[in-house]
Amino acid sequence: MFDSLAEKLEGIFKKLKGRGVLNEESVNAALKEIRMALLEADVNFKVVKDFIEDVRGRAIGREVLESITPGQQVVKIVHDRLVELMGGFSASIKFGARLPAPIMLVGLQGCGKTTTAVKLARLIAKDRKKVYLVSADVYRPAAMEQLAVLGRQINAGVFAAGDLRDPVEICARAVEQARKEGYEVIIIDTAGRLHIDDILMAELKQIKDKVNPAEILYVADAMTGQDAVNVGSKFNELIGIDGVIMTKMDGDARGGAALSLKAVVRKPIKFVGIGEKIDALEVFHPERMASRILGMGDILTLVEKAQSSIDEKAALAMEKKIRKNEFSLEDFRDQLKQIKKMGSMKDILGMIPGLSKVKALKEIEPDDRELLKVVAIIDSMTRKERINYQIIDGSRRKRIAKGSGTEVQDVNRLLKNYVEMRKMMKKFNPKSGVKSLMRNFPF
Amino acid sequence: MGKIGFLEKIKKGLARTRNVLTSDLDDLILGERVLDKELFDEIEELLITADMGPQFAHDVITDIQEKVSRKELKNAQEIKKILRARMTEILRRVEKPLHITKGNPFVIMVIGVNGSGKTTTIGKISGQLIKEGHEVLLAAGDTFRAAAIEQLEVWGKRVGAPVVKQKINADPAAVAFDAMGKIKAGYHGVLLIDTAGRLHTRVNLMEELKKVKKVISRELAGAPQEVLLVLDATTGQNAVIQAKMFKEDIGVTGIILTKLDGTSKGGVVLRIASELALPVRYIGVGEGMEDLRGFTAEEFVAAILDE
Repeated sequence: MFDSLAEKLEGIFKKLKGRGVLNEESVNAALKEIRMALLEADVNFKVVKDFIEDVRGRAIGREVLESITPGQQVVKIVHDRLVELMGGFSASIKFGARLPAPIMLVGLQGCGKTTTAVKLARLIAKDRKKVYLVSADVYRPAAMEQLAVLGRQINAGVFAAGDLRDPVEICARAVEQARKEGYEVIIIDTAGRLHIDDILMAELKQIKDKVNPAEILYVADAMTGQDAVNVGSKFNELIGIDGVIMTKMDGDARGGAALSLKAVVRKPIKFVGIGEKIDALEVFHPERMASRILGMGDILTLVEKAQSSIDEKAALAMEKKIRKNEFSLEDFRDQLKQIKKMGSMKDILGMIPGLSKVKALKEIEPDDRELLKVVAIIDSMTRKERINYQIIDGSRRKRIAKGSGTEVQDVNRLLKNYVEMRKMMKKFNPKSGVKSLMRNFPF
Repeated sequence: MGKIGFLEKIKKGLARTRNVLTSDLDDLILGERVLDKELFDEIEELLITADMGPQFAHDVITDIQEKVSRKELKNAQEIKKILRARMTEILRRVEKPLHITKGNPFVIMVIGVNGSGKTTTIGKISGQLIKEGHEVLLAAGDTFRAAAIEQLEVWGKRVGAPVVKQKINADPAAVAFDAMGKIKAGYHGVLLIDTAGRLHTRVNLMEELKKVKKVISRELAGAPQEVLLVLDATTGQNAVIQAKMFKEDIGVTGIILTKLDGTSKGGVVLRIASELALPVRYIGVGEGMEDLRGFTAEEFVAAILDE
């Protein structure tokens, strides 16, 4: 509903006069929409209030740049401010001089600490650091087992607590063990707990006092609602945190909690969890988060993801094709082959503004067999057909189906999806007449 | 812990909600306030802070404002009454506890996003059902998360329920099939099927869930009798999207709202009630087995609004 925040603002600005500078009337009208967008994204009520006032002050009287419309100008101001508020820190972890450097993960139940511990271990191990893992969760059944299994998957050392039941002692012993075995970093996964559970919060404090962590990272679920500020500030107040990891960012929650946390706790968001796989942990990008909170999708991530998987030249060529709406079936096939490297198609499409809600796209999600089938169908086309899909008539479809060992319906479906995809891409074509979202993109 | 009445318990669980909402609301009402815009702005803040969402809060307030102007109410005290009535009215529609009759197999599939509390909730439901004299069988359908099977097994031992399981990474539909085999062989108690947490945006994983459900219905007509969606009360507006997607894709028959013992208000359940009319089967107000409770609209609203 807010995917077209920028478009919505255009609508407002159309009714308003006074191009040139942003006047109070138009800014207020725009901020009303932006306020709703932020609240819908679960940014805390008070944080929104402050933010809106802050932006109001910055926007009124500001000159509208030559190349953009007033609506875009306001979105740009809002976006820039969001980036400024959420960024400004380096995401790196301070390990300190001690060996091993203890990194402690804390947070509510179910926010994803254990999975994050292993993802983080893998990320740190990529820097050729030897990483050890320990679970201090003696409460949730099989929590230790879970960490041990995942730890083995990444070949990290995992502390075996044996019969130990005291989380503080477990951590102390684990650190000792890690030191003996020459590990450089030890990640401490703690039990999930409520910030208002005095006993368990005291336990966390004891662990902290015992091992003196180089960093304490607060793990927060991106889907968290208004309460994110209460929980985050309580953890910070009682334990003291050095940074935040936002998890479950692969969902479609707008993640307003990121802004709330940053505004209230004033600690950097360092990483984001973007999937269930062990390598699905990324450095936090404030500009992407800003776009996401505003509901503007995430073109940047898409482009970067494509670049890391496909070589840069190919990516550029592809981007050009998308822009020119020359995306042929051949390109489609090449893309599909790349997709396995990039993660699921849904992920990728989900990063494009507005696409997450298109029902038809669900059908495009290729499982492995589906992917092979689609590639086979395209392989069975002539080059001419691949370049110009419009010539593929009934009899050509029959031939292609036969050639690829599929049904005509499969060919039909593929073509339908392809046309749908082209249509979508056209929307983002800055040179097309369609008022594109891309153009409304403030960067 | 002695016998604490349900109202006490839920009020305790929702203590923070109550404190925020009532103390603030009482501030609004006890003072000699006129029914001005400012007052409604403050009510809006209370509703939004309780995770009811900006649009929904706006609608509720518009609603109240209309009633107020129609009745030409001058007394701010009345606002609370009307607010309560409106909230209760919305929630009463979804006040439908789970009833399981003995003697026939009753299959419950438990689904939800990662970390919402599915396995723990299954443990608690099992414990309660066994206490009520039901036979309970568990199926370890979360074959993805490391040690999820072990976690369910610990619960099984704790409450005295056998667990049907396969190895990690097994097809969850195959686990469901095995469990349904017990029913075919004459088991006629409750079967609770755990599933791996999944974000509703993962199409493949939603397909996997559909398959599990399909296998269950194929093996026994009318099953699963319940598909329960576990929602974390800490979740903001995304909970509505979750409920909507799981409802559309899988067919949810009821929701369980967990983690109400924190400081989150769980107000998003009002939106879910209003937009999706999904019955609320249980709410979780604490760690203990008995802290999984039936949901009662009046008590829920009372816990939010009353002292």
